[in-house]
Formats: sequence, structure tokens, C-alpha cells
Amino acid sequence: MLEIKNLHAELEDDSEVKILKGLSLKVNPGEVHAIMGPNGSGKSTLSYVLSGRDGYTVTDGSATLEGVDLLEMEAEERAAAGLFLAFQYPVEIPGVGNMTFLRTAVNAQRKARGQEELSAGEFLKVVRAKAKDLQIDADMLKRPVNVGFSGGEKKRNEILQMAMLEPKMCILDETDSGLDVDAMKLVADGVNALRDAGRSFLVITHYQRLLDHIVPDVVHILSEGRIIKTGGPELALEVERNGYADLMAEAQA
Amino acid sequence: MAVLDETQMREGVDRETVETVQSMAGTYKHGWETEIEMDFAPKGLNEDIVRLISEKNNEPEWLLEWRLDAYRRWLTMESPDWAMLNIPEIDYQEQYYYAKPKSMAEKPKSLDDVDPKLLETYAKLGIPLKEQMLLAGVEGAEEGRKVAVDAVFDSVSLGTTFKKELAAAGVIFCSISEAVQDHPELVKKYLGSVVPQNDNYFAALNSAVFSDGSFVYIPAGVKCPMELSTYFRINAENTGQFERTLIVAEKGSHVSYLEGCTAPKRDTNQLHAAVVEIVILEDAEVKYSTVQNWFPGDENGKGGIYNFVTKRADCREDRAKVMWTQVETGSAITWKYPSCILRGDDTQGEFYSIAIANNWQQADTGTKMVHLGKNSRSRIVSKGISAGHAQNTYRGLVSMHPKATSSRNYTQCDSLLIGDKCGAHTVPYIEVRNASSRVEHEATTSKVDDDQLFYCRSRGMDEEEAVALVVNGFCKEVLQELPMEFAMEAQALVAISLEGSVG
Repeated sequence: MLEIKNLHAELEDDSEVKILKGLSLKVNPGEVHAIMGPNGSGKSTLSYVLSGRDGYTVTDGSATLEGVDLLEMEAEERAAAGLFLAFQYPVEIPGVGNMTFLRTAVNAQRKARGQEELSAGEFLKVVRAKAKDLQIDADMLKRPVNVGFSGGEKKRNEILQMAMLEPKMCILDETDSGLDVDAMKLVADGVNALRDAGRSFLVITHYQRLLDHIVPDVVHILSEGRIIKTGGPELALEVERNGYADLMAEAQA
Repeated sequence: MAVLDETQMREGVDRETVETVQSMAGTYKHGWETEIEMDFAPKGLNEDIVRLISEKNNEPEWLLEWRLDAYRRWLTMESPDWAMLNIPEIDYQEQYYYAKPKSMAEKPKSLDDVDPKLLETYAKLGIPLKEQMLLAGVEGAEEGRKVAVDAVFDSVSLGTTFKKELAAAGVIFCSISEAVQDHPELVKKYLGSVVPQNDNYFAALNSAVFSDGSFVYIPAGVKCPMELSTYFRINAENTGQFERTLIVAEKGSHVSYLEGCTAPKRDTNQLHAAVVEIVILEDAEVKYSTVQNWFPGDENGKGGIYNFVTKRADCREDRAKVMWTQVETGSAITWKYPSCILRGDDTQGEFYSIAIANNWQQADTGTKMVHLGKNSRSRIVSKGISAGHAQNTYRGLVSMHPKATSSRNYTQCDSLLIGDKCGAHTVPYIEVRNASSRVEHEATTSKVDDDQLFYCRSRGMDEEEAVALVVNGFCKEVLQELPMEFAMEAQALVAISLEGSVG
């Protein structure tokens, strides 16, 4: 599904700041991979570079989605190709109804893929059913995108977008940050409901607790722009017990 | 006004916008020209031309004298230079002041007799001149609504729809030239009573040479049974358009009036100097909406309409209410300040504006709220969007006179910048001459946020779609004040006007 080889990236404005330094990983269809790592290890940068945000220069390496070069594509083309990023800090768009935003997005992708656009009626039916599962009420669908949403509402809204867009490769950037236990459970249930053989996940998180709910197949430890260790779910528990220091020391040894 | 489920309207509208944007290849879609034989008055401006226009319209003596008076006053006046506009010198002798399609030499009795070429022009613009229900195409709007249209082509009105139905309600809606013939006493009583001939340079010019425009009279206690609208089309080259609109709302009446404007793409500038006067009596209410989409010039700033407009509403008696809504996306230069004279007690004036300036457009627009009556209230919401090399100025006056005790104003001016070569300016004038009134002014300036654009794009929208969505969100407070047919058109226009502004 997603294959990253020897990825190097630096800040566009300051080539001295090298963030990703030879990152490689491969996510197979249907797999859930977690990426853990200390602050500043490059977790968010990885998500931005993959989704096509401006401000970074890729100096080496490659990233492909189902064999297609991601890095050559515009952000919207990556989205249409099936990549989705759930933002750590979802952006507010005043004056634009949540539902309008969703439908514009869904139809933009359908159009890019040469599919028929969804009619208002069809769309409404689908969005209502999916919103219900995430305990998103009609009011939240009407309100402007993320404006005045609580932390939990914003994250649930990201998952709703994911559910509507039905991407193949989902990247969740610290989706657990700022969530209480109940909200985290709700978000995790939403993600788990989307797990299937054709869809893969890359879950970026600081903490093991999200992984109690979204159980990963593979856990990677990211430090200073590279994967320093890869293992099963038990690796996350090890980090929880001992922190990153030992793993980092081990990597340097 | 039909009460709409706001959300449903927005839903429909936004979808429409995106579809419209996607279906459009060029930037200005009304830039084509109708090839038709025209009857021009000789080029240039002098007393003979004023007489000729008056004669062509078969006007009574008093109106000719009124025009000549205006012309003489105009000669003594100077073009205003206080706006933040760079206006190239205009040679008033190089313009035509009267242009009429030859086929209109004999005034057609009804729209059925109008030259099909002219009717096609309006069909192509999407303006219904057949008396049909206008299907709103909006979710939640189950039944179509009727909109009566007066179509003005260069200097003349082609005809007005739904006249009979309006007459049954006692409403007069016709061209001003017809009103001069059929209702001279009304025209004589109100013409110039809100905007006097010598009000300003462009109003004086208009008073001298106005050729047509619309006239609306709503009798006491009548709620106009449908929306009224006028579509102005400048077609002929080197021709100025000087329309004059007069609206009179008698005690307790209601009317909603829409105005739309387009012109062909040309590389020379064209002059448009209109005057709109609105008289509102006790307890009456007028809502006036404009979507101004004159040709803005090309991306290098060549061509475009010079739009110098005086619009004023006089809330002459107690509890009169006026609401201006404008979406200004066109014109190379816009100089326009729709104003409210709040003369009666408890009168109310509102001004909602979206002004978009892209490429090399210049806009200096705003309002005047002149509070003369007690407990008068006014509200100003202005959204200015600048892109390309454009300069966009909000200029507004809020004046509380000594007798306007316990009055209130609230002003909100938001500016949005796209790119780093454009400018946004806010020039509020506030005069308060009594101790019990309250004036509030809020202003913000922001740039289209990269994070917002990336968020939209990461969900699959391309850059122009993303900008259109964000900007329409920015304008929403004003867009939702528009009647729904116009809201859709306006949303689409907002998107189209900004094409090429990013990337």
C-alpha cells in the first residue's frame, strides 16, 4: 500500500534544518502501523510531507501509494488517489458549513476519479448515518467547519471526514492529543469500524493508550528522522514502561 | 421575503458555486457583444445633446429645464478627487450619451414585439424576460417564485415583465421614461428629492443626460407581490450608461428590488454614472440588492467600466426602513456609497457589502449613515477582498446629529488579502453630536490562510475551489442577506472574480 524508502526532507526556508534523515517503512494493505517517538523526532513532518503540505523539500528517497509516486502529486491529487491525513490541529474555516465542506470534498474527489457526483439527497443520507456512529449531531454538521468545536468534536469531525472520503491509506497525526478517555474510545471505535482488508492506517502517537483501542500490527519507533526500531504491539508497551531513552541509546550504540 | 432554512440555502448555494466555477473556462463570462444596428446621438456633451435626449424621450418642458439646470451646474463642478482612486482623465466629449437599438425606434407595445436579437441577449445572460416562474433551484424551495424584470439595454428600457399582475396590486413598475409619460406627477414630486442635481459631479452629469432606468411606486399598505429587478446591459462601444432609478414606498409598504449589471469585454474604458433615489415613508420597508458585474478590465488592467454611482435612500418618515446589499465584483473603478438618510424617528438603515477587487481593479466604496431622527439605528457590514494588484477601500460616514438622540450604529469592516501586491484600506468617518447615541466600529484585516487552503486541498479540492470556499465563508454574513436567486449568482461570481488570484 504505502512504501517509503530512504526519505530525506528539510525545511524549504532553511535547508540547515533536516528533519527526515533516511526514513523507510512499508505498510501492506489492511495493516495498521503505529509510529511513536519523542517530540521533535519528525512525526508530524512525515505526515505533512506525505500529504503534500508546502514548506518542506524532499532531498532524497521516495514515497509511493500503490506503486504511484506520491511526491510528484499536488495535495488534492494525493487525496483523490486515496491518501487521508487526520490533522493534529484541525483548521477552522469560518462561514463554511461543515456539511458544505464535506460534500465539496467528497464530490471533488469523485470528480477527480471520474465518478458521478453525489446528489444532495444521497449525500445527506450517507452523512447522517456516519455522523450518528460518531455521535455527531445535526447541529455540528451545520456549524462552520471546526469553529467553536471542542477538542473532542474536532477529532471526531476528522474521523467523520475520513469515513465519508473512504481513503485507502489513512494517516492519523496524534489524533489522541487533547482527548479524554471517552472521546478517545469514540474516535478509536470510529477508526476500527473503518478497518478492512483494503485499507491501511499509519497511527502517529506519543502514547501507548490509543493503541489499547486501535491495536496495531506493527509499531515503529521514530527518532531524529529515522525509524530506529520496529516491532509488534509489545514495543509500544515497552516505551510506555521505560520511555524512549533506552531505545535511543540502543540505536546509537 | 420568503423565509428560508438558512442551512439548506447555504448547502444549495455552495454546491451551485462549485459547479458553476468548474463549468467556467474564462474569467468574465458576460464579455460577448450583441451585433445590432444602433441609433447614436452625436458624440460629445453640450446643451443640444441634453435637448436631444429629452426630445427622444418626449419629455415635458419642466424635465428639460431640470436637465439643463443640472448640465449647467455640472459645468461648474469638478470631478471629486478625495477617493483612494487613480482615475485617468476622462474626455467627456469622446463619449456617446445616447444609444438605442434601431429596432426600438418605434416603442414596442410589449416584450413580444421586441427584436429577438435583444431578447436573446438577455436569455444568454440568464435573465428571464418571459413571464415564467423562476425556479430557484435551491433545496427547500418547493415552489418557484416570480420576479418581475425591467431590461435596460444601453440607453433604453426594452420592456418590463409582469406589468399586469403588478398593476392589479397597485404597484407601478416601469421604465422611468414611461413613468414620465404616464405618471408625471409622481416623477415631478420625487425626482431629485433625495439626490439633488448638484449633489456631486457624477450625479449632476446623470441628471443632465440620464436616458432611462426604472421607476417603482408601491402604494400605501401594499406588500409588493414579487421581487422587482432591473438588468442593465451596456453593449455599444464608447457609450456611457446613465440610468436613473426612482423608488417610492408609501406608508406601510414593502418591496424588494434587485439590480444586475454586465457589459462586453472591450479594451477601452466605458463610463457608467447612475443615480438611485429611494423615498421611504412611514413604516415602509425597502430592500435594495445589487450584483454589480460590469466588465472589470483584463488581467493587465486594460479596459473595464468606470462605475461612478450615487445611491441614496431617504427614510423620510418614522419607522421607515432600508436595507442595501451589494456585491461589487466588476468595474475597473468603483466609486459608490449607497447611503441612508435616517430622517424619521425609529428609522433603520442597513448596509451589507462585498467588494472584490482583483488584478488592477480599484474600488472605493462604503456607505453614509446620516442619523437625523431619534432612536434611529444603522448597521454596516462590509467585506472587502483584494487580490492581484488591486486596491480596495472601505469609506464610510456615520453621523449622529444633535436631534438624533438615543441612536445607534454598529459597523464591522473586514478585509481579506490574497497575495502580497494588493491593498486594503478602511476609512471610517464618525461624527457624534449628541450624548445619548452609541457608535461601534470593528475592523479586521486578514490574509487567506495557507493552513485553511492546505486543509481543503488535503481533502481533495483544488486550489481555486479552496479559495472560493474560504472566501465565500468570509462573505457569508453578507451573502445570506441576498434574495436567494442572487445569492447563488453572487457566490458563483465571488469564485469567478478571484480566478487566477492564487498560485
